[in-house]
Amino acid sequence: MRDLPDSLSTALGLVAGVDARLLDIVALSLRVSLSAVLLSALLALPLGALLAVGNFAGRRTLTVIVNGFMGLPAVVVGLLVYLLLSRAGPLGPLGLLFTPAAMVIAQAVLVAPLLAALTRQTVADAWREYQEQLHSLGATTRQATATLLWDTRYSLFTVMLAGFGRAIAEVGAVMIVGGNIDGVTRVMTTTIALETSKGDLPLALALGLILIALVLVINALAYVTGAWAQRRLG
Amino acid sequence: MPNIFPLTLNRIGFAPNGVPVLADIDLRIEAGARSVILGANGAGKSVLMRLMHGLLKPTAGEIRWNARESRPAAQCLVFQRPVMLRRSALANVAYGLKLAGVPHTRRNLEARAALERVGLAHLADRPARVLSGGEQQRVALARAWALDPRVLFLDEPTASLDPAAARSVEKVIVDIHGAGTSIVMTTHNLGQARRLADEIIFLHAGRITERTPAAEFFHRPRSIEAQTFLEGELP
Repeated sequence: MRDLPDSLSTALGLVAGVDARLLDIVALSLRVSLSAVLLSALLALPLGALLAVGNFAGRRTLTVIVNGFMGLPAVVVGLLVYLLLSRAGPLGPLGLLFTPAAMVIAQAVLVAPLLAALTRQTVADAWREYQEQLHSLGATTRQATATLLWDTRYSLFTVMLAGFGRAIAEVGAVMIVGGNIDGVTRVMTTTIALETSKGDLPLALALGLILIALVLVINALAYVTGAWAQRRLG
Repeated sequence: MPNIFPLTLNRIGFAPNGVPVLADIDLRIEAGARSVILGANGAGKSVLMRLMHGLLKPTAGEIRWNARESRPAAQCLVFQRPVMLRRSALANVAYGLKLAGVPHTRRNLEARAALERVGLAHLADRPARVLSGGEQQRVALARAWALDPRVLFLDEPTASLDPAAARSVEKVIVDIHGAGTSIVMTTHNLGQARRLADEIIFLHAGRITERTPAAEFFHRPRSIEAQTFLEGELP
C-alpha cells in the first residue's frame, strides 16, 4: 500500500489549497442534501407527529411501514425516482432527470421514513407526558400536534441532522437520478466512487476526508444543541 | 358566564376492562364550597377527579353539569405533577388562554396578571421547566386561574412538594377560592385537609362512605372506614 501515503499528502494539498473543483463538488453536495432534508421534513415531521398523537385506523400498520423503510436501500429509492422522472414516467414532462432537483427529490424520499420514524418516537415520548394536560386544557388533535412539534423542536433538529447525515453520505440514489455529470450533478460520494474506479485516489481521498469531517461536525452540532436545550429549557 | 352548577354524579361507576375502580358514586357539588376528597392510596380519588373533570368517561351512570351533559369549559384540573411546556412561565399561562380562544392581543396581559396573583411575576420570562417544583405548581395554578374557572379540581397538588412550597401553593388555592372559584381537591395530607376543607368526602375502595362538614369529620367521622383512616394516620 504505497498509494496511501502519497494519495493522502496530495489529498491534504487539495483540501488545504482550496481546489476550485473540489469546492464546487462540496457545495453541490451540501446544497442538495440540505434542500432534501428541509423538503422531506415538511412532510415527514407532521406525519411522524400524527403517528404519535393521532387515533386513526391503520396507524400501527403505517408505523411499522415507516419504521421498516428507515433502512431503505438508496439504490432502490434512486431506481423508483428514476422511473418516476424518466421521460416515459408520470413526472417525465417536468424534465428533471439528471438535474440537482432530481437528486433533491431522491434524497428527500430516502430520508423521509427516517425523519418520520424518529419524529414519531420523539413526539410520542413527549405526548406521554403532555397528554392529560393538553386534553384537560381542551386541545384538539391538531393543536396538540403543533404544540408537541414546537416543544420538541431541539430534539427534532437533531433528528433532521441525522437525516442530513444519511442524505449526504448516500451514493446510490444520487448516482442513478443525477447521472454524475461533471460540473452539474457530481457530488462528493459519486465523485469518490468514480475517481476511485478511475484510479485518481488523491481526489477521492480528499473528498472522503471532507465527508468524514462534515459528518463529525454534524454530530457535534447535534450533541451541542441537545445539551444546550436540556440545560436551558429542561 | 353561564351557570354550570350543580355538578351531579348519578350512580357513577368506573370499571375499565371489567376491573372496578369506582362504584355507585352519587355526588352533588354546589357552587362556592371547598370540598376535599380524602382516602387511602388506591381508593379512587384521582380517577373520581378525572371523571368529574371529563378526562375519563364513566362506564356506568351519568355526570351532569346544571342538568346538561356536555363538559363545560369553565372548569380546570391541576395535576399532582405540573406539566410545563418547554417555554417561558408566561408562555405556559398564555398557552391555556390561547386554547380557550382568548384573542392574541389580550393573552400576554392576562397571563402576566395571573402570574402576578400567584406571586411569580418576577419569573415570568424564565423557562418553566427549570423552575422549582413549587414554582411550577404555582405556574400551573396561574394557568388555570387565568381561565377564571367556576370550579378548580386539584389532584394532590402538593404531594411532591416540600412543606414551604406546599404552603405557598395552599395560599394560592385559598386566594383562588376567595376570588369566587369552587374548589374540589384530593389530598392524603390530613393537615392540609384541615386547613383547606369546608367539607370532606371520604372515599374507600371505590365508594363514598361519608360526606361530612370538615369541623365535624375530624372529631366524629361517621363511617367506620374514615375512623380507621384517621386513627391509622401518623401524627
